[in-house]
Amino acid sequence: MIHLTPWDLVIASGMIIVLAITSLLLQLNIARQLTIAAIRNVIQLLLIGYILKLIFNTSNLFLLASIAGIMLLVAGYEINARQKYPLKRWVGFKIGTSALFLSSFSMVLLTLMVIVAPTPWYSPQYSIPLLGMLLGNTMNGISLGMDKLNQSLYQQKQVIEQRLMLGQTYQEAIKEIRIESVRTGMIPIINSMAIAGLVSLPGMMTGQILSGTPPVEAVKYQILIFFLIASGTGFGIITSVWMISKHMFDDRQRLNLAILKIK
Amino acid sequence: MPDFTIKNLNLSPVSANFSHIFNFCVPAGTCMGITGPSGIGKSILLKALADMLPHEGEVFLGDIESQMISAPQWRRKVAMLPAESQWWCNTVGEHFLRFDETLFGYFGFEQAVMDWQVSHLSSGEKQRLACIRLLMNQPEVLLLDEPTANLDRTNQANLESLIADYQQKYQMPVIWISHDKEQLERVCQQLLVMNKDHYDVSSLAGVPS
Repeated sequence: MIHLTPWDLVIASGMIIVLAITSLLLQLNIARQLTIAAIRNVIQLLLIGYILKLIFNTSNLFLLASIAGIMLLVAGYEINARQKYPLKRWVGFKIGTSALFLSSFSMVLLTLMVIVAPTPWYSPQYSIPLLGMLLGNTMNGISLGMDKLNQSLYQQKQVIEQRLMLGQTYQEAIKEIRIESVRTGMIPIINSMAIAGLVSLPGMMTGQILSGTPPVEAVKYQILIFFLIASGTGFGIITSVWMISKHMFDDRQRLNLAILKIK
Repeated sequence: MPDFTIKNLNLSPVSANFSHIFNFCVPAGTCMGITGPSGIGKSILLKALADMLPHEGEVFLGDIESQMISAPQWRRKVAMLPAESQWWCNTVGEHFLRFDETLFGYFGFEQAVMDWQVSHLSSGEKQRLACIRLLMNQPEVLLLDEPTANLDRTNQANLESLIADYQQKYQMPVIWISHDKEQLERVCQQLLVMNKDHYDVSSLAGVPS
């Protein structure tokens, strides 16, 4: 494999800087966000690079569990950021974390214990990248699904109340909204599965091929990852959509938007 | 059909502005009118009776108190027609289980109405169809929030006679919010006038059905 020098990355960052300047000139309002994201990206990735280097040499289950826990909590927090109608902090954190736990953790455990089964099963070289990839991708889907759900509940308050007045249960009254929310969250992963290989070469597979893995081996891993992400995202969205709708109605099935943090 | 009885109903859980404590009864087969200045809480009261808002006190339909049965069951029995009806599917027909000739006939609607696009309905058509939609559920009490606000004279009379027929046929208690004093005198046997912090109930000459 050809190793990258710091100068190679400096050249790539030059492109980001040119883009930032262009957006400033065109007043596109992305320069700030872009710069912050790029800087965070460098710091976070360098940090995890060194942490991975460190823990690959140990096989401490406790240390691994702590890192996995931190990854989960951060993802649970981030899932509510950047939403149009976010949930109030603790409810949002609770729901986001539960959904991610059910989707990502269960998928990773299944993979580690049954499918890939490295020795030991929690071998950091497998567990950390798998968990990271699943958390990152399911988080996206869950976050999109939640955004759609919260926005629809907020905007269709009158329709929902009309349906309740006609004697529908809250599940009936928000049936279409639930369907739409699950659909919205699932679109990205369904799209990527559908076009993989034809239009795009997925990132993980590309990475493995760049580092010298035979293409067919890389493809097998990529298929595994796609299936894990798709099922994890689906279960995660269903969990979050059901938990949120339960919270949005009181014991007498009245719509209560109090758990939304309305800006 | 049983009487509709309100005991110590208090709307303060909705907002501290509502200090009324309601005690009244709408006997089976009669109509109570509610009137009063805008924003005084008439619609809030109706929504609370349909258990759509948190409240204190008790609401009885015969011996059944609202909390004794599930909320959807209660709302099927104690049916509220909101001032502005809402529609969630594209065509009218998708909001109905079936076409009922008699009910739709009251307003001169024919079977073809089921294929109409909701987005093309006028506010008056929506109001009439919403009324039919509500009655199709075979409710036991009607809570009407300005049911004729968007209707012309003819349809206003049609709706009044439809409600009067149902009220008489099924001996339903009816509560009717309106700003139209003459209308209330036509259709109601009791009148509740809401004011800032008190209310009065009086009898009306309206023909008991």
